[in-house]
Amino acid sequence: MARTRRKRKLDEPKPVPATEELLKYYNDMLMIRRFEEKAGQLYGMGLIGGFCHLYIGQEAVVVGMQAAIGEGDAVITSYRDHGHMLACGMAPKGVMAELTGRSGGYSKGKGGSMHMFSREQSFFGGHGIVGAQVPLGTGIAFGLKYRETDRVCLTYFGDGSANQGQVYESFNMAELWKLPVIYIIENNQYAMGTSVQRSSAQTELFRRGESFGIPGEQVDGMDVLAVKAAGEEAVAWARSGRGPYILEMKTYRYRGHSMSDPAKYRTKEEVQRVRSERDPIDRMREFLVTGAHSDEVALKAVDRDIKKAVTEAAEFAQNSPEPATSELYTDILLEA
Amino acid sequence: MATMTMIEAIRDALDVAMGRDDDVVVFGEDVGYFGGVFRCTQGLQAKYGKTRCFDTPINESGIVGTAIGMAAYGLRPCLEIQFADYVYPAYDQIVSEAARLRHRSNGDFTAPLTIRMPTGGGIFGGQTHSQSPEALFTHVAGLKTVVPSNPRDAKGLLLAAIEDDDPVIFLEPKRLYNGPFDGHHERAVTPWAGHPLAEVPAGYYSEPLGRAAIRRPGAAATVLAYGTMVHVALADVAARGIDAEVVDLRTLLPLDLDCIAASVRKTGRCVVVHEATLTSGFGAELAALVQEHCFFHLEAPVARVTGWDTPYPHAQEWDYFPGPARVGEALAAVLEI
Ligand SMILES: Cc1ncc(C[n+]2csc(CCOP(=O)(O)OP(=O)(O)O)c2C)c(N)n1
Ligand SMILES: [Mg+2]
Repeated sequence: MARTRRKRKLDEPKPVPATEELLKYYNDMLMIRRFEEKAGQLYGMGLIGGFCHLYIGQEAVVVGMQAAIGEGDAVITSYRDHGHMLACGMAPKGVMAELTGRSGGYSKGKGGSMHMFSREQSFFGGHGIVGAQVPLGTGIAFGLKYRETDRVCLTYFGDGSANQGQVYESFNMAELWKLPVIYIIENNQYAMGTSVQRSSAQTELFRRGESFGIPGEQVDGMDVLAVKAAGEEAVAWARSGRGPYILEMKTYRYRGHSMSDPAKYRTKEEVQRVRSERDPIDRMREFLVTGAHSDEVALKAVDRDIKKAVTEAAEFAQNSPEPATSELYTDILLEA
Repeated sequence: MATMTMIEAIRDALDVAMGRDDDVVVFGEDVGYFGGVFRCTQGLQAKYGKTRCFDTPINESGIVGTAIGMAAYGLRPCLEIQFADYVYPAYDQIVSEAARLRHRSNGDFTAPLTIRMPTGGGIFGGQTHSQSPEALFTHVAGLKTVVPSNPRDAKGLLLAAIEDDDPVIFLEPKRLYNGPFDGHHERAVTPWAGHPLAEVPAGYYSEPLGRAAIRRPGAAATVLAYGTMVHVALADVAARGIDAEVVDLRTLLPLDLDCIAASVRKTGRCVVVHEATLTSGFGAELAALVQEHCFFHLEAPVARVTGWDTPYPHAQEWDYFPGPARVGEALAAVLEI
């Protein structure tokens, strides 16, 4: 029998990590936020071109999940990937320089915003094709099991991507072979201009694994501690050989789908309401201050350090040289 | 006559088709409520209702597969794949089902669907928003493949595609949506307004599939092009003052071989241009056909100007894009100047 899937209650008690940990989550979320704001600015100035999908609003998901895994655990995601890369420990400079298409970027300008990778950080990439990373993450989990590690693969995808057929092919194989994969559905309620209600017969996405017997849980993806708590349970489940797990993260993206988005599919008030009532960073800040884990002065210092790191990344991304034309013909096959 | 962009012309064609035939249904990702990411279906849901113009989930295989079923049943689906780069999940349905249904049912069933998709580069889209996959379709027996280069053709060809009783792949060069891009990316964008082929007749008309158009008559050499590259070739020929004949193929399959052969027999020299990669590209087919049909008229080897055999780049788009300079070099080579 499958484990009962459930909706995690909003006020469910969750363990409070040590102050040092809490500050790290705050720092990491704010780092993503400021990095993305800067990317948005550089885009506006024409220094970043093409497609660029910002993660602003969703920071708690990736930071909370990262807190639930350890060294050697793998991560794979879609094109909305800057936050995942930073959370995995990839360098802001290398990420920003890939956005500007420079030789100092993680893919030397060959990948752009949607396609960066780091073997060192077990980050298997951002992927531009909707849903394509889901079977890949399943295969990575196969590898982790095959080599008899106790590691897991976090496989992220969006609410819209959850409708691709290959997601269900993956679910079936993952449960059939008891693969250590956590499927994290980042339900930000929209796939470009299409809301979940307009695209999905079953809008409770954590239930999408039911017929395969995969346990699923819905989580407040705007609360980093809730994410971490749910993530730890899911990871423990997968690590112990019991197979895949689905976490539906209820979250929200504040910005447009990509940089050109007329935003006619939702109201300004809707966005504003989430920003003022559920913002993951504001909530964490309040938690830190009211719980006496930190104070305004210390948090200002955090902000200042992050701003500095982001400014340096932006400078690096503008000064790093353009890739040589010959770079076009590299890394197609090992030898042509 | 109204002046239209390519987007407006496509929208107009869909409107006319839906108005004429209740069996025409229009759908795809973000197509209904949102009106399409390039706005090609804007207003159609409001006008024709949600049963005739609607959104689909993001599942290309399912979109095309159900469209084939609708078409086999008797409807005329005209669906949109948001970018041609996203068609691959549906490739199995296109190849194994749509293209083969007529043959294997001995003509009892057909799949008269039209699959519209924005194609080509020049918008800084990198490897997942810039590809030109036409050869993947022309290689498959049982499909027709169309690539318009201007608003007037886009409307007429799309109406013909929807009415056609076979599956049609309708590739829309996205860089042409808002203007006749000639490859000079460093210059200001030229709008369609003022272009003679942006004058689009109102109401119904159709442009038969399988007929090329000579965009510029000439005697010195033949340039075979389609889509965006028609404009690149025209601009380059004009800039260099070369008396080349520029042939806009318009449909790749069926192909207007008569027009091609007549032109090359007249000029004796031929340059083939496309944005897609070189190896096994449609240019290889064109070069082979020219060689078979015009061998004794050729004064020089057929030249191909194409994208390089690399993934479509993110950072080096204009090193990849076969712009006017490369077309000019090829013309100089075949003209031995
Ligand atoms: C196969 C494929 N189809 C369509 C697209 C175009 N596309 C890119 S993102 C997107 C929406 C995906 O929404 P969701 O999965 O909810 O992720 P979010 O953007 O909200 O993070 C679409 C339709 C694509 N990249 N790949
Ligand atoms: Mg979404």
